[in-house]
Amino acid sequence: MKNLLKTTAAALALSIGAQAAHAEGQVVLYHWFEYIPQELLDKFTAETGIDVVMDTFDSNESLLASLKAGGIGTYDLAVPGDYMVKIMAGEGMLDTIAEGELANAGNIAEEWADPSFDPGRASSIPYQWGSTSFMVNRDTYQGDINTTDIIFNPPAELAGKINILDSQGEVMLLASLHLDVPQCTQDRDQLQALNDLLQASKENWVSFNSDTAKDVLVSGDAAAGMIWNGFGAKAREEGANVEYAYPSQGLIVWMDNVVLLKDAPNRDNALKFMDFLLEPENMGAVTNFARYKSGVKGAEDHIDEVLKTMPEQNPPEGINTVFVEVCDQETQKVYDQIWTNLKK
Amino acid sequence: MARRTHDIRRYPGFLPMTILCLTLLYAPLIVVTVYSFNASNSITNWEGVSLRWYVDVFTGVEADKYKRAAWNSFTIALIAATTATTIATLAATGMIRSGTFRLRTLSFGLISLPLMVPEIVTAVATLIFFNSIGFVRGYTTILLAHIAFCIPFAYMPISARMQGIEDSYEQAAMDLYATRRQAFTKILLPLMMPGIISGFLLAFIISLDDFIITNFVKGAGVETLPTAIFGAVKQGIKPNIMAISTMLLAVSVVMVTISYFISKSDNAK
Amino acid sequence: MAAGAASGGSARSDTYKEARTWLLLPAWAVLTILVLAPVAMMLVYSFLTKEFRGGVIWEFSLAAYDQFFCNRGLFGDEPCAIEWTYINIFWRSIWQAGAATILSLVIGFPTAYFIATRPERVRPLWVFLITIPYWVNLLIRTVSMKFVLRDQGPLNDLLLATGLIDDPLRIVNTNFAVQLGLFYSYLPFMVLPIYASVERYNFTLSEAAADLYASKWTTLRRVLLPAVKPGVIAGCILVFVPSLGSFLAPDLLGGAKNFMIGSLIEEQFKGNAGNWPFGAASAMILLTMVLIILLILARQQARAQKGAG
Repeated sequence: MKNLLKTTAAALALSIGAQAAHAEGQVVLYHWFEYIPQELLDKFTAETGIDVVMDTFDSNESLLASLKAGGIGTYDLAVPGDYMVKIMAGEGMLDTIAEGELANAGNIAEEWADPSFDPGRASSIPYQWGSTSFMVNRDTYQGDINTTDIIFNPPAELAGKINILDSQGEVMLLASLHLDVPQCTQDRDQLQALNDLLQASKENWVSFNSDTAKDVLVSGDAAAGMIWNGFGAKAREEGANVEYAYPSQGLIVWMDNVVLLKDAPNRDNALKFMDFLLEPENMGAVTNFARYKSGVKGAEDHIDEVLKTMPEQNPPEGINTVFVEVCDQETQKVYDQIWTNLKK
Repeated sequence: MARRTHDIRRYPGFLPMTILCLTLLYAPLIVVTVYSFNASNSITNWEGVSLRWYVDVFTGVEADKYKRAAWNSFTIALIAATTATTIATLAATGMIRSGTFRLRTLSFGLISLPLMVPEIVTAVATLIFFNSIGFVRGYTTILLAHIAFCIPFAYMPISARMQGIEDSYEQAAMDLYATRRQAFTKILLPLMMPGIISGFLLAFIISLDDFIITNFVKGAGVETLPTAIFGAVKQGIKPNIMAISTMLLAVSVVMVTISYFISKSDNAK
Repeated sequence: MAAGAASGGSARSDTYKEARTWLLLPAWAVLTILVLAPVAMMLVYSFLTKEFRGGVIWEFSLAAYDQFFCNRGLFGDEPCAIEWTYINIFWRSIWQAGAATILSLVIGFPTAYFIATRPERVRPLWVFLITIPYWVNLLIRTVSMKFVLRDQGPLNDLLLATGLIDDPLRIVNTNFAVQLGLFYSYLPFMVLPIYASVERYNFTLSEAAADLYASKWTTLRRVLLPAVKPGVIAGCILVFVPSLGSFLAPDLLGGAKNFMIGSLIEEQFKGNAGNWPFGAASAMILLTMVLIILLILARQQARAQKGAG
């Protein structure tokens, strides 16, 4: 018994020691999965001596849910998409970056320096931006893919083999584009139509997964699937004969941002990490890894040539692009109900 | 007569069923073990035998993450199993060596509660509990949750063993003027050792394997091996995951084998 | 079931009677604080109000249970009609867990019987063989299962190569995949209790039946099965209950259309929904269901024992 107790005490001391070692000089990052190269995190640690601890999430909504569930005060930084930055700011979950706190703030590209979702970049810096659409396996289906019919009214070859992103904002927007109804519509008939559309389409969908969105296309488990453009580019580069669609109804675009969270336990280190990401070379490394576009001036000098010409980065001229909007409470409740009906 | 007994016991088709059962149990594990030695980058194609994914686990870009997760897993399992075994040993003595008492059934119910409540319910309840008392989730919350659900697993082999030990040894010792405490530490505990070791190993493995509860109570950036693996396989199965799985499989097999031989040598005595 | 095995036997001595409270105190304290109190807190949460964007407001509300049982239409303003969504998820879970249990029984019973009728010396080795896979991380087993069953996985490769099929079988993302996953997760729980009862079974009973010209299968059905029924029931519970609340198998093997209770609850806390009171209410309903099942079976077992005694 004595030995058992001794072992316990020793192990306890060890583990507390190990925790204390990490408690000094770390930054806790809540990030999308597969969105930052480990080498870049190692580089930051090598330059500053600060350890990066990272958790991952797979949708803006689950990020919000986790932070609401006691996550505030434990994470320093998170990477929400545009509309989620606005929601989080409205919920008082963001800290303000004071003038001059970020040495590299001037590196933010002009067109992203004062976005409507975070005026004056009060709490955020740009990370990457891209689009959300879908990819189709060209061995399975050779017809026209540039229409949302692929998802909501699929040809026989694709029916029952479609993966959908587990992301409420983007799925609802894509459905709205398909039906040509405004986002966050308050019209009951239109909301009902959205619900009916998703219910009817569900038959043709095989899975709801964001994190496996690439893998199912590469492995052939799905013949078509909603996907983000950079993630889709990776699927194609890994050998899948898939093509990224530019639906004529409209293309969903987004920008992900690194935000400083309220009550960040390592606020100073968090700001250092933000500055680090604003270095063109480092953001270029992110772009090379994630294969989207950055919002940092000069990062384009550090990116792979192929990124500039790849099909996922070059939408046809004149395509209509849309951001996900933040709905009012009434409409959001109906949206949530539609989403619940869909997932049941 | 013996011949007939044999026939009575035998049912045609039961042997093939047993073989089917073992095949179903082992085939996936064997396949994963084999594929963990695959030289290919892709999990689908076989390109010859290689140890590269094992090397990758220890030196690759994610090595630090897995090392940290493994360290958390092992320290949590060690502390949780040790604490749970201690608590379970004391509780078993209280349940089996202290006569009848009113709260006995209730105590037994409490001890086996974690076995009866579905894991997802325990997980949710623990998350809500820590959150509502403002306990920041992290290493400590995982550890506390593990101690709780390890108790019944440690308790089962320990109480089974204790029920098999006559109290005449302790009585004899006390007749020879040993104190109760001495009877406990010098007589009962040594006799209990095989049960205590089994209980410890059982609790250790249960803690090492737990995913659902850990996933709910873990905090920012604190991962155990199962949660780290889950995070990785969510995006598809990768060869390095198969290497880690195979190593965990080896650890489990070694530990079960040890406990098997301990119980066997003990039975032989 | 574990409960029966561990509580068996009466109190054996009262050597440490004076120290009883101190011996039991750590277990009482830890389990009360870390299991009972959380379940009580969960019950409280199921009656709280959900905040619009997640989180809870400390105001009493029946909204979580209302959401579970009442369908008030897309816009939430209709009178209460029966909400089938969650009942269906529960029903599907029961069905999936039931199918997995039957699958385990069909394969597990002959196996357990076969092992129990081996010579005594080699039985522990057989038991050992059955239990090893159980010690392997559940997550790893589920992942292995998925790997084998994939469209381009080894199973399909094998079947295609032998010419048994022309197109790969689609197994992943079906109900059957979930059942296989559950079966694979909990099979040893079925085999072990049945093995224990068959081992204790007195085979002279079968001989007697044979002497009375009962056929083998009649003997199995009318003599052996009733005698080993407690083991079979224990096995079924040990497979059914964890399957019911399982989260890994539906999540990794099930895809979109195979939402089960475990995934429903998980989604309320970790996924998109962020509805804690509703998650707590669903968990309470699951817990109540499981406890009722266990209570009924415990009653039955007590009655059977009384009858036998």
